Amino acid sequence: MAAAPQQNKIVRWIDHRLPIFTFMQHELNEYPTPRNLSYWWNFGSLSGIMLVIMIVTGVFLAMQYTPNVNMAFDSVERIMRDVNFGWLLRYLHMNGASFFFIVVYVHLFRGLYYGSYKEPRELLWMLGVVILLLMMATAFMGYVLPWGQMSFWGAKVITSLFSAIPVVGDSIVRWLWGGFSVDNPTLNRFFSLHYLLPFVIVGVVVLHLVALHQHGSNNPLGIDRKGPQDSIPFHPYYTVKDMFGLGVFLIIYAAFVFYMPNALGDPQNYVQANPMQTPLEIVPEWYFLPFYAILRSVPDILFIPAKLAGVLCLFGAIGVLFFLPWLDTSRVRSARFRPVYKWVFWLLVIDVAVLGYCGAHRPEGWFILAGRLSTLYYFVHFIILFPVIGWLERPLPLPTSIAAAVTRKGGAPLGAASPMEKH
Amino acid sequence: MRALALAVALFALAVVPAGAQEETPLPKQSWSFDGPFGTYDRAAAQRGFQVYEEVCSHCHSMNLLHYRDLEGIGYSEDEIKAIAAAQQVTDGPNDQGEMYQRPGRPSDAFVPPFANPEAARAALNGALPPDLSLIIKAREGGPDYVDGLLQGYKNPPAGMKMADNMQYNEYFTGHQIAMPPPLAGDDVKFADGTKATLTQEAHDVATFLTWASEPTMEERKFTGAKVLIFLLVMTGVLYGAKRQIWAAVH
Amino acid sequence: MADAAQPKPMDAHTHDSGTRRDFLQIAATSLAGIGAAIAVWPLIDSMNAAKDTLALSTTEVDLAPVQMGQRLTVKWRGSPVFVDHRTADEIKAADAVDLGSLRDPQTDAQRVQKPEWLIVVGVCTHLGCVPLGQKPTDPRGAYGGWFCPCHGSQYDTSGRIRQGPAPLNLAVPPYQFTTATTVKIG
Repeated sequence: MAAAPQQNKIVRWIDHRLPIFTFMQHELNEYPTPRNLSYWWNFGSLSGIMLVIMIVTGVFLAMQYTPNVNMAFDSVERIMRDVNFGWLLRYLHMNGASFFFIVVYVHLFRGLYYGSYKEPRELLWMLGVVILLLMMATAFMGYVLPWGQMSFWGAKVITSLFSAIPVVGDSIVRWLWGGFSVDNPTLNRFFSLHYLLPFVIVGVVVLHLVALHQHGSNNPLGIDRKGPQDSIPFHPYYTVKDMFGLGVFLIIYAAFVFYMPNALGDPQNYVQANPMQTPLEIVPEWYFLPFYAILRSVPDILFIPAKLAGVLCLFGAIGVLFFLPWLDTSRVRSARFRPVYKWVFWLLVIDVAVLGYCGAHRPEGWFILAGRLSTLYYFVHFIILFPVIGWLERPLPLPTSIAAAVTRKGGAPLGAASPMEKH
Repeated sequence: MRALALAVALFALAVVPAGAQEETPLPKQSWSFDGPFGTYDRAAAQRGFQVYEEVCSHCHSMNLLHYRDLEGIGYSEDEIKAIAAAQQVTDGPNDQGEMYQRPGRPSDAFVPPFANPEAARAALNGALPPDLSLIIKAREGGPDYVDGLLQGYKNPPAGMKMADNMQYNEYFTGHQIAMPPPLAGDDVKFADGTKATLTQEAHDVATFLTWASEPTMEERKFTGAKVLIFLLVMTGVLYGAKRQIWAAVH
Repeated sequence: MADAAQPKPMDAHTHDSGTRRDFLQIAATSLAGIGAAIAVWPLIDSMNAAKDTLALSTTEVDLAPVQMGQRLTVKWRGSPVFVDHRTADEIKAADAVDLGSLRDPQTDAQRVQKPEWLIVVGVCTHLGCVPLGQKPTDPRGAYGGWFCPCHGSQYDTSGRIRQGPAPLNLAVPPYQFTTATTVKIG
């Protein structure tokens, strides 16, 4: 596989001065990868592809879009009606946001399950959390651009979060708005930042990949590669596997774009923004619902008023992820060898689902209690259960090497199907 | 991790009906544009346009539509010219710096009934009729909602206090709607001889409005079919290639 | 990101016959390549003129107020169109030109529908500037037509290029007289 790429004269000339071909050969072609990665490892490359799709469709949409409160809504509808393939670009971008988050959330939970954040991949993980934060900011500001009712009121409510900050809160909010309400200056700066941030994300993704390639991918067993028998070259094994995964993903994505493009959206956003009238219910896009639930659930805590406490918990919910590498005290990475954590992991998945469900409903009756309990559990999970389980749990014996584990299974297909539920 | 997939699916199910309201359930109609191969029934859409022109357009604007767009529901170029020319459009300013009226052209947007929202409110007891360009996409239930609303006028239930100038409507949020019943049957004489019952008119105008909300739907579904076929073939071949390449690892 | 662009034949230890393996891998790579290529088309096409732009491509002009000797500028497709109500002298001058001396030979009759009305797109055929000559105070160049200030192209009373770097005559837009005094351009 490691055939030198420098056969062509021109290639050799360039490579001698700018070793781009050697680099690609090294990092994409022969890059040694654990031989046992499951399909859950596809979601990293899928995230990268989604980022490219979003940037490309976004750049072309920006050629037609007008960031002005009087024209933004109509300019989006002009894209839908008059621009050639405008409807396709717009629906790809609009549904792309949802699918980007689906892919990234799966990628994140995969890392949680297999301990991909643990030594020596702490910075890799933290860079991933930075990407998630940047994505959230980008998605939030992008949702404002069509200037529908939900765009406007979402922007108003979320920017108003900062008014919870004592003393300077109101000044900060007015600064964010560039005025006394969400208005034209707000729309303009959101457009500017919505265009900028994806390229910042690209930068952080590059760092994420540099950190990844330093120690290579984690794997379902969570043990280090011990030698060449444990790894295979990235190309063609994982290129073809990623491509196949991409095909399956694109089929689902296309089904939404072409046959139910508005299923994940809110009808209210087809009504032009009206600063004088709030819709009956303000609901964020689905990917923000768990966080929205946390924001709304938190009551007064001691001397901290509920408004501020909610904002603190909202940011804390993501902030806590930065500390996972040190909150997790377990000696092994993969939940496959952690008899207790492997079940507790699913409690978190259920908890986030419950949070999302609460976020979609008005905080009345049972939803208040459910929201509070699930918010509480979210933090207990990471701050208390993570270290405690690590101390108390007795991990199962680890296989001596990846190759040994594979042969013990009697040559079962590598990485095919999900190996987890067998344990 | 099959359980994760299940959890994601359950989560999705839980979230979708979030916007649904506790109102009288809308009767589900059957539409020509339903399903992955559905298209707009041109004749119904043209009848619906006639209803809009002769009834709805006295109060409701459709600012996002142009007369040229009517080609999408099967009007010929000459018919569109005639439809546009029947309207007076404000243009200008002319050399004297004044606005003037001229007959409409296909490239003009639908002429609105009122110059601005304030004029509409002043003329209509303070109520503002919404623009209908996107009404189907902007309402939960879409065409079923519009169809139901147009036929949903009833006497208020005993004991319900109605505000002044309000009508009881089964399918309207809060049941009190400022719009008087717009259709009663036989409001228009359909050019194609179809009998203009209330049901027929409501169905046709909902068809027209659905087209108006998304004139590119047919192109979208048609393109989608081709894209999906291509992706299925490509993914199948990729699966074969993947199995073959990985066969070497075992 | 998966890299489908370069098929890499597999080495050694595979049990399949070579042809079937090659076929599958080449087919997979080509399909992915074709898909990526097709996906570029909507992006490119979205930059073409949109439906609303195309629909606005006609302009009606009322000629009644334009006196003989006056020139009127109207906007058509985002560019100026020169309407010149020519005098008898100007028409005569335009007719008298020897075709052999022209860089872009055209008779005056080929460029007008009614001799007294010259209608041309007011965009210099050199690099797209708007020539001077519409206002009575403007320089009109040595041939009484238009003078482009950018690089000194000079046009005659029929809008033909006579001197300077421009290669072609001022373009005549499609137009028709809808009545005796109104013209529809486009």
